[in-house]
Formats: sequence, C-alpha cells, structure tokens
Amino acid sequence: MSHLLTISLVISALHLALPILMPMLGGLISERSGVMNIGLEGMMLIGAFSAVLVTYFTGSPWLGLVGALCSGVLSGSALALMTVTLRGDQVVASAAINLIGAGLTAALIPVIWDIDGLTPSVAKIPSIHVPFLEDLPAVGRIFRSLSLVDYICFALVFLVWWVLFRTDAGLRIRACGESAESADVAGIAVVRTRFFAVVSSGVFGALGGAYLSIVTLDMFQASMTQGRGFLALAAMVFGKWRVWPGALACIAFGFADAIALRAQILWRGIPHELLIALPYVLALFALATFVGRASGPAGVGKPFTRA
Amino acid sequence: MSAGFEAIMTKDDASRSELTPAAIRLSGVSKHFGPVKANRSIDLTVQPGSVHGLLGENGAGKSTLMKILFGMIRPDAGRIQIAGEEVMLRSSADALAHGIGMVQQHFSLIGKLTVAENLILGRGSKGFAARWLRPLDLEAASRRAVDLSERLGFGIDPSARCETLSVGARQKVEILKALWGGATTLVLDEPTAALSPPDAEELYALLQNLQRDGTTIVLISHKMPEIMRLCDRVTVLRDGAVAGEAEIPRAFADAEQRQALEARLVRLMIGRNKPEVPSRSHHIWPTVLSVRKLSDGDRFGPVDLDVHGGEILAVVGVEGNGQSQFVDLLIGLTKAKQGGIALDDCDITGMTTLQRFQCGIAHIPEDRHRLAVADAMSVIDNASIGFIDGAPFAPTPFWLSRKRRGRFATGIVKRQRVRASSVEAPVASLSGGNQQKLVVGRELSRAPRLMIAAQPTRGLDIGSTAAVHEALIGLRDAGGGVLLLSLDLNEVFTIADRIVVFRQGRIVGETTTANADIDQIGRWMSGVDQESKP
Amino acid sequence: MTIDTTAPTSDLASRRQTRMDPVAMADAMGTAGDETRSPAPQQVMPRLIAHFHRASGHFGGQVLTFILTIAAALVASVPMIWLAGSDLWLTTTALFGGALGSGPAIAETMVQMIPLLIAGLAVAVAFHASLFNIGVEGQLLFGGLVAGIVGATVNLPPVLLMIACILAGMIGGALFALIPALLKAYRGAHEVVTTIMMNFVAVAVSEYAVAPSGPFVASDQPSATDRVPEGTQLPIIWDGTRLHAGLLVALAAVAIVTWVLYRTPIGFRLRLMGANQGAARASGVSIERMTILALLASGALGGLAGAVQVLGVYGRFYSAFSPGYGFDAIAVALLGALSPIGVVASGFFFAVLHAGSVPLQAIAGISREMVGVVSGLVVAFVAAQPAMLRLWSGWRKPAVDDRAIETGAETPPAAEKTASMEMPS
Repeated sequence: MSHLLTISLVISALHLALPILMPMLGGLISERSGVMNIGLEGMMLIGAFSAVLVTYFTGSPWLGLVGALCSGVLSGSALALMTVTLRGDQVVASAAINLIGAGLTAALIPVIWDIDGLTPSVAKIPSIHVPFLEDLPAVGRIFRSLSLVDYICFALVFLVWWVLFRTDAGLRIRACGESAESADVAGIAVVRTRFFAVVSSGVFGALGGAYLSIVTLDMFQASMTQGRGFLALAAMVFGKWRVWPGALACIAFGFADAIALRAQILWRGIPHELLIALPYVLALFALATFVGRASGPAGVGKPFTRA
Repeated sequence: MSAGFEAIMTKDDASRSELTPAAIRLSGVSKHFGPVKANRSIDLTVQPGSVHGLLGENGAGKSTLMKILFGMIRPDAGRIQIAGEEVMLRSSADALAHGIGMVQQHFSLIGKLTVAENLILGRGSKGFAARWLRPLDLEAASRRAVDLSERLGFGIDPSARCETLSVGARQKVEILKALWGGATTLVLDEPTAALSPPDAEELYALLQNLQRDGTTIVLISHKMPEIMRLCDRVTVLRDGAVAGEAEIPRAFADAEQRQALEARLVRLMIGRNKPEVPSRSHHIWPTVLSVRKLSDGDRFGPVDLDVHGGEILAVVGVEGNGQSQFVDLLIGLTKAKQGGIALDDCDITGMTTLQRFQCGIAHIPEDRHRLAVADAMSVIDNASIGFIDGAPFAPTPFWLSRKRRGRFATGIVKRQRVRASSVEAPVASLSGGNQQKLVVGRELSRAPRLMIAAQPTRGLDIGSTAAVHEALIGLRDAGGGVLLLSLDLNEVFTIADRIVVFRQGRIVGETTTANADIDQIGRWMSGVDQESKP
Repeated sequence: MTIDTTAPTSDLASRRQTRMDPVAMADAMGTAGDETRSPAPQQVMPRLIAHFHRASGHFGGQVLTFILTIAAALVASVPMIWLAGSDLWLTTTALFGGALGSGPAIAETMVQMIPLLIAGLAVAVAFHASLFNIGVEGQLLFGGLVAGIVGATVNLPPVLLMIACILAGMIGGALFALIPALLKAYRGAHEVVTTIMMNFVAVAVSEYAVAPSGPFVASDQPSATDRVPEGTQLPIIWDGTRLHAGLLVALAAVAIVTWVLYRTPIGFRLRLMGANQGAARASGVSIERMTILALLASGALGGLAGAVQVLGVYGRFYSAFSPGYGFDAIAVALLGALSPIGVVASGFFFAVLHAGSVPLQAIAGISREMVGVVSGLVVAFVAAQPAMLRLWSGWRKPAVDDRAIETGAETPPAAEKTASMEMPS
C-alpha cells in the first residue's frame, strides 16, 4: 500500500482528473442553463482530434489548443442549433454529437495520415517552471509536473463558479435552467443565453479532449476519451450540479483511474482488464449510494418556446 | 347622482385623452390563433394614475390582450401607444423598458432563487461586456427591496428562497419585481385567484397605496366585487371584443344603484343574465366514502369525512392546504400513515390505485396534461386509460382488443359530445375543453360509486364547464357520490350540496350550501375564525 | 332529506374485473349496434417524437420522413467523400454494388441486418417507455459472452444447447440492464449515464473473460471462447452464404415486440408511461415496475442480438465481435420512428452501409468508420425533425393554437341527462 500512495499517484490522479473536470464544467454550465448535454464525449473527441491536427500542421501545440477550442465552438454550436434553436430533443441531439464525433475522428485519421487507429506523435504542451513552489519538499514534484494548461484549468474551475454564482450572467443562466418561462418574462433572452451556455460547454469539452491528446499524450487515438465525457456527467450529478463538489468528484475519479493504473503494476493478481473498469464501477456505486434522488435544475430537457 | 349607470359607454371619452396622453392606448388590436379570433379590433385607453379594470370570463381574450401589451405575443394588427408614444413591443424586455410591469396569473418567480435574486433577474445593464464584468450586488438589491416594500406597507426577507414563501408573500414579491425596473404602469392578471380573503385584503391595500404613489394599474379579473371596489373604470371583454366600458363612481348613492351597475356589467360580460342555479339533490343515500382519522403523517390530516350517495360534497380552501394530498391518499398514490378509507363499507386503505378504481372510484385529475391524458396518444388510447386490465378489453394478458376499445371510445365521444376529427387522432389535436370532456366521459364510464373531481372546470369555457357540471349532477342524481375539489367558490355554490373547508390539511368548517354564509367560509379558509374549528 | 337504505352498492365481488358502466360496456362489446368504423392501424410514439407524430401521423408521411432523413444524412456526408479524394459515382457503386449487387452480397447485407434489427428493437422498446438505453452495446457484448460461455462449457444436446445459449444471452443482457434499471427506478439516476458506464464495464468483463489468462479463453484462439459444439450454431438458411436462421429469430422478435407493444395491456402501460408518466401513475401503473420491466426487456433484446451474432456468424464469442452495433442501433430505432416495422426498414438501410463499407474501403478508400458518421447524422436529423416539420407545416398553414380553439363557440350542452348512469331502483 505504501507503494501506492505516493506523490506520483497524486500527480497522475490530477492529470487524470483534469480531462474529466473540464467537461464536467461544460456539462454543468449547459445543464444550469436547461440543456442536457450528453454529447460531451463526442465534443471531447473532436477537440482532441482538432488539437492534434492543428499541432501536426503548424508544429505549435498552443495553436493546437486554440484549434481545439474553435472545434468546441463548432460542436457546441451544432448542438445548440439542434436543441435550442430548433428545439429538438436534447438527449437525442447530443447522442448524435457523440456518434458523429466518434465516427468522424476515426474516419479522418486514415484520410489525413494514411494509417488506421492512431495518429503520429506531435509536439506536446510543455510543463512550465514555477520558482519556489517546485523547490518545496515532497509537493514540489507536483508543481514540476504541471504545465501552464493545468494552471489554466484550475483557474477555470474558479472562474466558472464565479461567473455562475456571482455575476449577473450566471444568474441569467441559472434562471433559464430553472424556468425558461419565468426568465423570459423577466426579460431574459432565453434562446441566446442557452445557446451561449451550450457553446461554452462545447469549448470545455474540447479543452478536456485537447488535454488528453496534447498535454497527457502526444497523439490522437480513435475513441481515446474512453467515456470520460460520461464520467464527467456522473461527477456533475454526484456534485449535485454545484461546481466545487463536482470538481471533488472528478478528482475522486482521477484517483480511481490512477489507482487502477498503478495497481496493474503493483498487484499482478488482479486482472488489469477489470481494473480498467474501476472508475466506471465507482461512478455507478456513487450514483447508487451517496447521491440522494438526484434532481437537477428544474428546466433541464424542456425546450423553450413562447406561447 | 345617477352618474354610475349613465356612464356606461361603448366608446372611450375622447375629450379627456387630449389633456394628458393616456398611459396606455390600444387601437384596433387583433390577434388570432388559427381560425379563432382571440382579440378582435380592441380599443382600450387607460388614463394615467387610474385603476383600470378588465373584466371578462375565461376565454374572453383578457390574457391574450395583456400578453400583447407585455410583448409576449405580437398582435396581427393594431397600434400600441404608451404615454403618447407609438411603440413596437417585441419582447417583455421592450415592455419593461417602456415602464410596464406585469404580474402574471401564474407566478413567474423562480423558486430556487432568493427574493433578491429574483428581483434583479434580467435587470442588468445592457451591453455584453458590462453584463459579464458586473458582479451581482445582492446587498444593494436587498436594501432596495426592504426600502421599497416598507414604502408599500409590508415586510419582506430578501434572502429567503422564493419556494419557502407563502402564496401571499410571493404575490407581493411579484409586485415588487414588476415595479423594480421603475414601472409606472402595473398590469395584474387575476392577482387574487390563489389568495385567501385576508391575503387579498392586504393586496387591495397595497394596490391602493400604489395608486396613491401615482402608479397606473390595469387589473384583469373576473371577480365583480374586486372590480367594483378598486377600479375607476372598467372595460368588459366578451368573445375577444370590447363589449362595453363603464366609469365606476367612488361612492354609490345607494345599494340599488350599485346592483344595477353590477347587473349591467354581468350582462355585458356573459351576454345574458346570470345562469340559473341547478336543482339541489333531493335524495341522500347512505355513505359512499367514509374517511376516518386519515393522515399522511406530513401535511395532511387527521381528517374525518363522509360522502353520501346522491350528494356533491365540495372541498374548498386556499390552494395548497392539503387538497392534493387528500386526493393522492384517496386514489392511493400515497400511502396513509394512519386512519382508514372505506368505500361502501369496504376498507380500501391498503389497496393499490388500480384496485381502488376497480372498487368504484373515479378520478378527474386537477392537472389534465400532467395526470389525465397522454397528448401524443390517440383518443382511443386515452379513452382506455385505466380500463386495460381484464374484461372486456383484455380477456387475457396477451390480448388487448383494439376493436372494442374503438367502439368504447366512440361511445364516449358521442355521449360527451367531444369534438374530435377522429378517434384515432392524437388527443393533442383536441381543444382543452374537448380533452376534458373526454376525461370526464372516461371516468363516468367506470360507473363510479365515488367521483373525485379536482378542479374539473379550470380553464374551460362556459359551454364545456356546463357540460362537466351536468355530468357531475347526473352522477349525483343517479345515486353516486361526488367529491368536488374546487378553488372557484362560484362553482361550489352552483353545484355542491355540502361544503367542507380545508386549512393546513384539516377540516376547519362544514356547512350545507343552502345555509352557507360566504363570509364565514372566507374566515374558515383564512384561519381568522379559530374558535369555530370542530 | 331522506336516507334511502336501498341504495346501490358497489359490486365488490367483481373487484378484479375492470368496472365499467353497462352502457360503455355495451359500446365496447359492440352490442349497442352503432356502426363504428374499425380503427385502422395506428402508431403511437412517446414524447420524444410526439411532434413528429402530430405533424405527419399517417403512413405516407412516415415513409417520406424516412427517405428524406436518409437523403439528408447521405448528402451531409458527401464532403467526407471529397476529403478522401474519391468521387461520388465510384462511392455509390462501391457501396450499393457491394451491398446489393449479387445474391451473396444481399445475403451478407442480411447477415449484417440481423444484429442491427434486434438491437434496434432493443433501443426502440426503451424509447417507447421514454427511456434512452444507450447501453445496448454493453448488453449485446455481455449477452454474446454469456451465450458463448454457455455454448462452450455446458453439456447438452445441440438443439437444446442452442436454445439454452440464446436464453442465457437474453438473461445476460437483461441482467446487465438491471443495475441501470434499479438506479433509474429507485434513485432517479439518468439511464443514459448509467447504461454508458455499464458499456465500459461490459468491455472490461468480456476482455477479461477471454484474456490470455482469463477463465474462458479458447486454447486455439486468443480473445475468444471455445467453439460451440457442432449443431449448436444457428443453421444456415441460404446455402453458400453466411445467412443464418438468426434472420428468422429477428423477424420473430419484430412480430412479438409489435404484438406486445400495441396489442397487450403491458405494452399499453409501457407506451402510456412513455407518453405521460403522470397519467400512467394516476391510472394505477407502477412507474418503478414498468421502468425496470422496459429496461429489462430492452436489455434482453440487446443480449439476444449478441447471442444470435455469436451463434449465427462466429460459433464462438470474440471480444471484438461487435463493430458498434449497439450504437448504430440508436440510429436504427430513431430512423424507424420507433415502430417495429420502421426498424426493419432502417435496419436494412444500416445493413447496406455496413455491408457496403468493406468494398467502400477497398475501392473508394473511405473508412468504415463513415458508417458511424452517417448514423450520427441520421440521429441528428431525427432530433431536428420536429423543428423541420414545424417549419414545413407552419409554411403550409398557420399553426392552430390549442387555447384559442377553447374560446370558440361550443355546442350548448344538451338538456337530456348524461346517459351513462343507471337510476337506482
């Protein structure tokens, strides 16, 4: 057990938590505005793919990151168009995003690189050096392993919380999620607000995907997100649609992932195929036990239309 | 001083509007939904600082007109002037910008948000950057809310979540919200519909304070006493058109003059004299439903109550005083914590919902769309809801007869005069009144011993309402028991034989309709008259 | 007021029977003698596509929507063909020639259709109850695994073993849906999230079972179970091709699902719950029980799809036997407008895509993954369908508002008493 709980476990848990944390924030914004987004998985894949694609052709992972964010705007807009503007069923529309995301990225790999399944290596986003912090005993290693993107991601958690609960825009978003009719009567442009929220959720999903492909790894692989978009939704439900508890749930999933990875090396007795399922089993267990009867924002899933 | 009667006019007083621009002036406003004209070339002038009543029955077009005025619906034709300026209202934000505040019939507060949050919702500065960068200043909002409410004569806790407030308090927050953006004209749509008499009194006082402050008020109502008491002037709508207008004097010379004006307004409103009261029950059979010490262990009970065959027993009370809990307990959607329910001397307390229906309970739910019909399913399917177990439709669990269900549905459609293009059409294609008639027909087909009718005529037009009343009276005359839960005292007085009053999940008063005293019922409902509790 | 003691009392002896007023009963039994038209076949859809139903409830409209949706999805995927540097004509001939160009090609398309059809039914059944079972892939995998294990380890005569395998597959699939079903019914956890989690669990479990050190791995083949005994496979029904009796199983499933959904009380309850949960509850339907039942039925069909594929095509369980049938099944169900007959048509369409994708890759150089893109596009167009139909019907005639009709003049109520009550004697 002492080999398991080390600083490197914490590092790997954080790195595994962030690609769940980002789509969790995206899902949270979207659901708080009243649109259920189960399409995060597809948005992540498209983001991860775009990041590698742009990095491959420009050589700069930072441009790759920008490319991923742009893809998030696109996939978010596509979902918003279907659900908010055209008032299609939210679950079905976001399932379409998942199918298209998984299919399109896998189909484009051979078109662009002439190989199946995974792309060649591209440049990664490097870690940055923070003086003082990384010289600290023990925890210094954590800071040494973090890149600028990690810091941005942690800052984003705070930013999302602040915007949602401390600004006028957040109040508007939450009002649309609780009751679109009431928000409309209060003079809020419900369609525009929801559209914006869904697009931001696309950006967060894409950021989570890009994190996997150009921060954690240096390439794209078909279906590389492995259900993290759905784990993010489970974390959001687990956190009862609040930012900080949701973030904690993501970190818990990150630890589960990290433990599963290390246990493969440490305990040969446990088949690693089963350990891979640990985060998912944990998520199911969490949904079954800790969370009371889950209830999100009242207006989720209801398309808004004026009478 | 016979001015009250003389003042009835069909054209507005043109000479007055030249002096000061009218607060609101609508001319030729029309709106149709499909083939139906909800508003037909309506002219309306509201003088600044006045309380203007808008009187009309359900479906007369009042709410449509007010939604047009608040930018929620765009008219097909007509002009809107606010304070002399011609305006185009594209959304409620436009209306708010022109100083119009609205208090909706259905509360527009968001329960999960606090009072202060609800008040500042949507009132941020214009412009994308300013909106984003501006943090919420809830403290300032709270201070302003307290100031404003004190000026209007009531107190409010700005940090309370709206879902925790009482109905009366919510209504006041609604008014604060409507005034928040500096509205000079306040439109209230049936503001006292859900209020108990004392809460309504407080609201009247509040409105009078507002008027004293110079606010123009448009009061939409179908309650005559309210209009007579508060309004300076009233416009009567019927079938989407203006039926007439009247000045209401501050004081009447005598009761006769007042009654004459009221009678005139009623005639304008319904196009005929007051409907005759149907005959009362002549025959009382033994008890059908007997409820003993029934409680859900939470917000309802203990309650003892009997419904006899051949009577319509009305349960009245302010909304949310245990009526829906009572229905849920009776039909078995919630389990009784203590006490018992017997139908024809047979204990049904432990039975499932389905078994209770099979024992002879029928239920017309309060919320048709939530509980009674499935919009996307056909008339046939909706007619067979609750009939699909056992004969005659499903002699075996592996066969559900479509032919028999079709005949059955056709029978209901014929008997209840449901207007439907076909029994295979989805129920959503029927109008609300026809959907309700279908539900009533379906429930009558159970040959019920006890009919539980929860607000069976809410939102229906006169014709459908009469049809539903007729059906309930028919059931009563045939020896069945009817438990009517209604918020509409007029309806209760029209068809009920006996009245019990619910407050906080208990019975606080009981009377026969014949001996009923409306003031006493009001006191029971509001809890003023504590000592008369049985 | 007099108390009359000869009042009618309810017939408690007949409590188990549906109580019905005699007039209504006569109506229903057809003894009242009125000339009612026999109702034509109708389809009822859950809330999800209620808009669609309202806009075009008739059969012709549904066929038109079906074709338009496919056309739109195919057109939307044309840019991919250009990206791949292929031309449209070559692609079309490769796809349709490969799928329908010859007898064996058609047989192969049918083989592809079998799992899509059964899995599509699985998704549709859940949708009818307003439940989105996105975990059919996992149920299919697990059902296939259980069928494969039973076939490889249990000792029974071949035909009995075949039936046992199929049943075991169905039970396996149902069990895999049980956890999401219980979580949905009693904890309110959204079934989309939980069934997806179960998909990953299914992948992990099935990979573990046939891993090099796994408990059920074959001695002669990695990532697979041992072959089922001779005669246990589903028989070939078209000699010289791979087309097996699974097609008959699939068509039987279509017939049974149709019957259960539209012609049995339980199907009625399921559809009622899907259309309006509140009305279902108020009429005595147990929502918890129906939710569990619907997801179990859906899971059993998913498991059946897996078992049929394992027994019909491979004769053993391979951990990678499904190229995502469970996900394409979502598109199959939605494109088929959730009607079992529609599912047959859309299952055929997707089978053409699957069967044609192999020559497509060889001839036109387009990745097989394009099938996934097309199904995604189909789902997207189905999601946007209500809006499109709304626009279309809005353009044809102004929308009719419900509330407005209510204000219209009603025929005055007749003076005669409601005929449905019997006077007490």
